[in-house]
Amino acid sequence: MTNRSSEEQTRLGVVVSGSLTRGVDVRLDTSISVEDIAVGRYVAIEGAKRRFFGMITEVSLETADPSVATTPPDVSDPFIADVITGTTIYGKLRVMPMLTIGSDAASILEGPQPAKTVPAHFSSVKLASQRDVEVVFGAEDEKRFYVGTPLDMETKVCLDIAEFVKRSNGVFGKSGTGKTFLTRLLLVGMLQKNTAVSLVFDMHSEYGWEGKTEKGYKVKGLKQLFPSKVAIFTLDEESSKRRKVSTDVVVRIGYNEIEPEDIELLRQTLNLTEVSAQTVYQLAREFGDRKWLETVLNLNEEEGKQLISRLNIHDSTYRNLRRGLENLRRFSFLVPKAHENSVQRILEYLDRGINVILEFGRFDDFAAYILVANLLSRRIHAKYRENAEREMGGEVAPSRPLVITIEEAHRFLNPEFSSQTIFGRIAREMRKYNVTLLVIDQRPSGIDAEIMSQLGTKITCLLDDERDLDSVLTGTSGKSELKSVLSKLETKQQALIFGHAVPMPVVIKTREYGTAESYKELGFLNAVELKKKTEKDIEDLWA
Amino acid sequence: MDIKEVKNQKPKVKGGFGDKIGEVIETSSAEFTAQCYKLTEAPPLGSLVKTQDKFGEIYGVVYNVETHSLDPGRRVLARGENMKAEEEIFAANPQLSKLLTTDFRVLLVGHVEGKSIHHYLPPKSASIHSFVYICRLEEVRAFTESLDFLSLIMNARIPVPVDEVAGACIRYTSQAHSDPNAFLIKAGKELAYMLSGEVNRLNSLLKRLK
Repeated sequence: MTNRSSEEQTRLGVVVSGSLTRGVDVRLDTSISVEDIAVGRYVAIEGAKRRFFGMITEVSLETADPSVATTPPDVSDPFIADVITGTTIYGKLRVMPMLTIGSDAASILEGPQPAKTVPAHFSSVKLASQRDVEVVFGAEDEKRFYVGTPLDMETKVCLDIAEFVKRSNGVFGKSGTGKTFLTRLLLVGMLQKNTAVSLVFDMHSEYGWEGKTEKGYKVKGLKQLFPSKVAIFTLDEESSKRRKVSTDVVVRIGYNEIEPEDIELLRQTLNLTEVSAQTVYQLAREFGDRKWLETVLNLNEEEGKQLISRLNIHDSTYRNLRRGLENLRRFSFLVPKAHENSVQRILEYLDRGINVILEFGRFDDFAAYILVANLLSRRIHAKYRENAEREMGGEVAPSRPLVITIEEAHRFLNPEFSSQTIFGRIAREMRKYNVTLLVIDQRPSGIDAEIMSQLGTKITCLLDDERDLDSVLTGTSGKSELKSVLSKLETKQQALIFGHAVPMPVVIKTREYGTAESYKELGFLNAVELKKKTEKDIEDLWA
Repeated sequence: MDIKEVKNQKPKVKGGFGDKIGEVIETSSAEFTAQCYKLTEAPPLGSLVKTQDKFGEIYGVVYNVETHSLDPGRRVLARGENMKAEEEIFAANPQLSKLLTTDFRVLLVGHVEGKSIHHYLPPKSASIHSFVYICRLEEVRAFTESLDFLSLIMNARIPVPVDEVAGACIRYTSQAHSDPNAFLIKAGKELAYMLSGEVNRLNSLLKRLK
């Protein structure tokens, strides 16, 4: 097959039947073996008036006569095997036509459009050439970022980053399928194309300074590649120091910043009953939004008793609540009063176009992650919202689009909490306020279906749970066909991209990340080059 | 196998490629019967023969060869009880070769008009008393470039099993091609399309092609 794919185009067969919703059936030519075909490969169909582009979604074995199955011919004889291949027995493909280009000049200029019909009978089907892929996905430019290559091809598949950041997006895949690598690549893309600024809640501290591959090699994080454009914030200074990561800001959060909604969100992780979570609101009314937590945590037993009798709270509820809140004390980043306003610092950096990566260090449990991510995002979102409203009034310039990256998203966006967390709101209201999400998750079925349907572009590595597959493909045309492609992805370096930022679904082999060459391609300058560049910049400045 | 080797196999066809071997003695739209000039020099089953007249050439495939007494009232008798070799019978009874005759029946499979070959029945049947020639190798090759004539054989109603005739014809004509095996596969595929609902028949026919 490698020899063939190096040819400009290889004919596979002819269209024999099909429909727009099911996809067209292609009878394979005798010379093509089904074993050379893979689902997810990309084909071009020459119709009489227009060209179609589609994806192979199914490969099947067919016989001209059903009795072949009961009395198989003697295929041990090479002559008989040769004769019946392609005649009595043959291969069939199911191809989903996705895009079309008309043959007249106007339609060629217009570019590929979604396919609204199918190619005529016996149209010839070819493997897509490098050129076809380029026409569809565009070449790398200031808006498009190269994310990988189609299966068995060397052409670059580019993602329109400007379009990408206009909607909330998702990266899904089983654990160990390369979600982190893919996300790091997307972050680099956004950074490189300068279309948006990122805020990453980095639960396992793997995006900022350096990460590790499954084999144990170290790979450079964003800060190493783009030192001037990335700032690392940390919740756990000691962990960062141990890892020899130079952090820009240590984040501290005051008790006064924690609101009852934050606690409600943590109900499961703090093991609170529903009633005790509701009681928090009562306490907040009693002591004020800014002071309640500190006051409650400092109550001694006597004062506690007085409080519950005054507010008519059940004793067991109070105990349950108290036990849960005590858990917060082990988070050393929570302090009675923070000296610095972390939200303000993050916003300052974001305003300057510097991407912020917040490392969690040893606090990589869900309680800390949910608390901090939700709390910070809520404030930041509020500021963006305010800014967007002012912008409508013509007072200020539009703020730079912000992409918030969250991991383990099903913890925030499950049907129970999605209406309460800020992330649920961001995902729903989309780009109105210039804030979107990049959701990373291994269990998409846990995410609220309403949110899933709002995600613009989904990038999916291998998933094999039926419910996860269904949930990722909700609202996508050709769902069952894509499902077969998705469940057959390789476990490494392969992903299916579909949605807003790509003209059609495409399976890619993810771009290389981690070698010196790949860093260079991504715009990383080593010390010597950096020095040269600085000298040139200075020269340019004074010239 | 190249053509030279094929030519070396000449003894397969008595009388040789391109030779005149007989004369049409009975003719109809779909077939004709020819009488051999020599008793023992009948063309093999499945071989490609042609006749010529002023309208053009008519091609056919030999499907039956029959040697019988010239006089329908007189049966041929066994004569070799006391002889050691079959040849001695003819030596002792020289009249036999005059009293017996060999006929062969030919299924029409195409014709040539001007320079173009057509793989369907000619508009006019073969002329009576026209000479019958065994086709030359290059004629066989040119005629079998397309295998459309196979359907005429497969659909013929003849007293001999058509599969046997088709098999014999394909084997015979394959010798004229530079790559006989490729030709056999091509012909096999053509048969597979024709017999797409009859796998067992196809199987046994394919086994006859080797």
